[in-house]
Amino acid sequence: MKLEVNGQVREVDAPDEMPLLWALRDLCGTTGVKFGCGMAQCGACTVHLDGKAVRSCVLPVAAAAGRKITTIEGLSPDGSHPVQVAWAEIDVVQCGYCQSGQIMSAAALLAEVPDPSDEEIDRAMAGNICRCGTYQRVREAIRRASSMRRAQR
Amino acid sequence: MTLTRRELLVSGAGLLIAFHVPRKGRAAQMDKTPSVDPNAFVRVAPDESVTVLLAHSEMGQGIWTTLAMLIAEELDCHWSKIRVEHAPAAPAYAHPAYGLQMTGGSTTTWSEFDRYRTVGAMAREMLVRAAAGRWKVRPRSLQTGNGFVVRGTERLSYGQLAEAAQRLSPPASVQLKPKKDWKLIGKPMRRLDTPEKITGKAQFGIDVQLPGMRTALIARAPVFGGKVTSFDVSKAKAVPGVEQVMQVPSGIAVVATNFWSAKLGRDALQIDWDLGPGAGLDSGRLLASYREQAKRPGMVAVAKGDVDTAMASAAKHLEAEYDVPYLAHATMEPLNCTVRLEGGRCEIWTGTQFHGVDQMAAAQIAGVQPQNVVIHTPFLGGGFGRRATLDSHFVVEGVHVAKAAGVPVKVVWTREDDIRGGHYRPMYVHRIEAGLDDKGLPKAWRHTIVGQSILTGTPFEKLVVKDGVDASSVEGAVDSPYLEQVPARKITLHSPVNPVPPQWWRSVGHSHTAFAMESMIDELAWAAGRDPLEFRGALLAQKPRHRRALEAAASSAGWGTPPPEGRARGLAVHDSFGTIVAEVAEVSVDAAKRIRVHKVSCAVDCGQTVNPLGIEAQVQGAVAFGLSAALLGALTLKLGRVEQSNFHDYRVLRIPDMPQVTVQILESDAKMGGIGEPATAPIAPAVANAVYVLTRQRLRSLPLRLT
Repeated sequence: MKLEVNGQVREVDAPDEMPLLWALRDLCGTTGVKFGCGMAQCGACTVHLDGKAVRSCVLPVAAAAGRKITTIEGLSPDGSHPVQVAWAEIDVVQCGYCQSGQIMSAAALLAEVPDPSDEEIDRAMAGNICRCGTYQRVREAIRRASSMRRAQR
Repeated sequence: MTLTRRELLVSGAGLLIAFHVPRKGRAAQMDKTPSVDPNAFVRVAPDESVTVLLAHSEMGQGIWTTLAMLIAEELDCHWSKIRVEHAPAAPAYAHPAYGLQMTGGSTTTWSEFDRYRTVGAMAREMLVRAAAGRWKVRPRSLQTGNGFVVRGTERLSYGQLAEAAQRLSPPASVQLKPKKDWKLIGKPMRRLDTPEKITGKAQFGIDVQLPGMRTALIARAPVFGGKVTSFDVSKAKAVPGVEQVMQVPSGIAVVATNFWSAKLGRDALQIDWDLGPGAGLDSGRLLASYREQAKRPGMVAVAKGDVDTAMASAAKHLEAEYDVPYLAHATMEPLNCTVRLEGGRCEIWTGTQFHGVDQMAAAQIAGVQPQNVVIHTPFLGGGFGRRATLDSHFVVEGVHVAKAAGVPVKVVWTREDDIRGGHYRPMYVHRIEAGLDDKGLPKAWRHTIVGQSILTGTPFEKLVVKDGVDASSVEGAVDSPYLEQVPARKITLHSPVNPVPPQWWRSVGHSHTAFAMESMIDELAWAAGRDPLEFRGALLAQKPRHRRALEAAASSAGWGTPPPEGRARGLAVHDSFGTIVAEVAEVSVDAAKRIRVHKVSCAVDCGQTVNPLGIEAQVQGAVAFGLSAALLGALTLKLGRVEQSNFHDYRVLRIPDMPQVTVQILESDAKMGGIGEPATAPIAPAVANAVYVLTRQRLRSLPLRLT
């Protein structure tokens, strides 16, 4: 089947029910997408499907065919997405493993709600677990990214 | 500093410094690994890059940046030219205090503080001498800064000097900068690993891809200690993508072209197990048996004064029992290990905290010399102690599978494998009886601790287990500053044995001793009718650092002023890994009796600081890690099986429950302590103590649950 990953169309040989996560990691080589739980509990596998955040570990690859898939590798060409810039400024990352998913969730949130309240941030990010406990800086970085986007408009 | 041994290595075009400084750690040397291999810590290249090699693993704690700061401070290079790499596994990278290459115990920064600065100073000296040779002047007349050697208005870049410098022998001794001249140490520096980690480029062990590599999942026994009796592979082998199914010591391995095929293949396996004695394990019954044991004294860890007499003459008695459950580390990156056996070498790609031990263990299975075991260390997706395994089990297993499969193999654990895979923070019970004088201060303390020993039966036993007492079971209790003023005290330990593999978990023994000690002290304060802060201050009269931390945290939290409606504050202070942390938690309880933690005010005295921005991150993170255990985490066993399996039933802290954590770093001349772990342990008692103020319920079991 054909998958459009970060603007590139690729042919992958996968059974329909293979989770998109494994098609991306094992067949397309986009390993920025992470495996954390396999049951949509931790958010490490978050990617955008037509701009919306989805958990790729429970989404059959066939359901993603013909749609635009964006992974962390395709969020910006050079790490310049406002969320990435804010992440760097606030020094959010620790081990970094969950951060692709955190950033993809945050970017999808801001695309939909440009100026989220603290509650909206918590609600949108509640599905992304970080064991290093970067949550406080995640909140700060989302607020920073939001104000950066406001300033740009 | 005088160097006992030094070597100059030439590797490609550039300067490579290698040397060995005398071991001077405050911890006991755990292993006398001979320093035969050369060390390489910094490489200055003609392209101006300065590559720092890390003898320890970056697992989130920030040493990628901190150790680079130490070298850059002395080298006077430009910060933007720094690159960082993990060093290979080699005796030369042995831990300066422990003599074995490893990452853990919150030791990296203090143990490397001298070594990494010295390396930087040596490299600087050689570059200066190279420049002096070029200009035909005396080295002492030259200055350095921002990656240049400077002479008046002339300057030569480090890159221009790298090749000449590499031909010089390293100085026998170097002078380190006095503190007043530091430009980097003590300044907040952003992480150097951020660009890779925000773009998906950072490579973790699980991301490794090799030509011809296969992915394997292992079906392991459903009960600890279980063994395969028979198995049928026909259905598994019928799964497209599955290539091999084989028995290995830890179970049945399914080797496939990709993860998903291996997973489906494993699901299709039919295995009969001999479950063994582990099938009788029940954590509820185990807890009950620990409580029974706690009523009798165990092996003596501390005995001072006559406890019986002091107890008999006490004006008042207080008795309490505390317990904590089994906990998984649940690192976000599940365990994995990639192994390639080729040409008499065993190459391993894995996120490990225990290079020294893993290298030896892998060599045995692979049948090669340890120096032919090459360990490549990608980033670690969390460690918390899980990746420092005393038996190297996940590495050994990877070598077994690669050996049997005859191709490079990546063994991947699923989350269920991780949660049910043992190597837990063991369950513990503390029973404490305190006899109080007429002011309510303890004059007698009888304390029995029950829980599995982490180190008994391991190669570390003879160094850490003394007279039957595993120091890691009693740390934080036997050395509690509160007890120094208690004239009669006795702490004893039972170390029951069962098939559940125990392991160190961020803060190790402190994860339960701090809960018991700081809860009990709070109980004594209330029994005496005294303010918990004032009462602690009285007990810690001889401990100015502890008092200062307590007062700083309390004052920032507004202790003594009314908290917002419906909230209360609780505090705790604990000394671990050479660092003192005081925490005040501001807590409420909702209508469903759910405990909510809104704010945590921390004050930290870790002696000399290197990167305050990193310290703040570690304290915030440790509070979050400790809160998972305080509010949510528990593993239980029934019929030998772990009842939880993934994040839906082994719950950890999520962002809506993250409090606002403020961190005050208290400047201090004390010896440098650790920072990765010390803020973990005080949060559970701080929250429990706050819950008591709100509800008058004294919660003595973790996770904290109101009835």
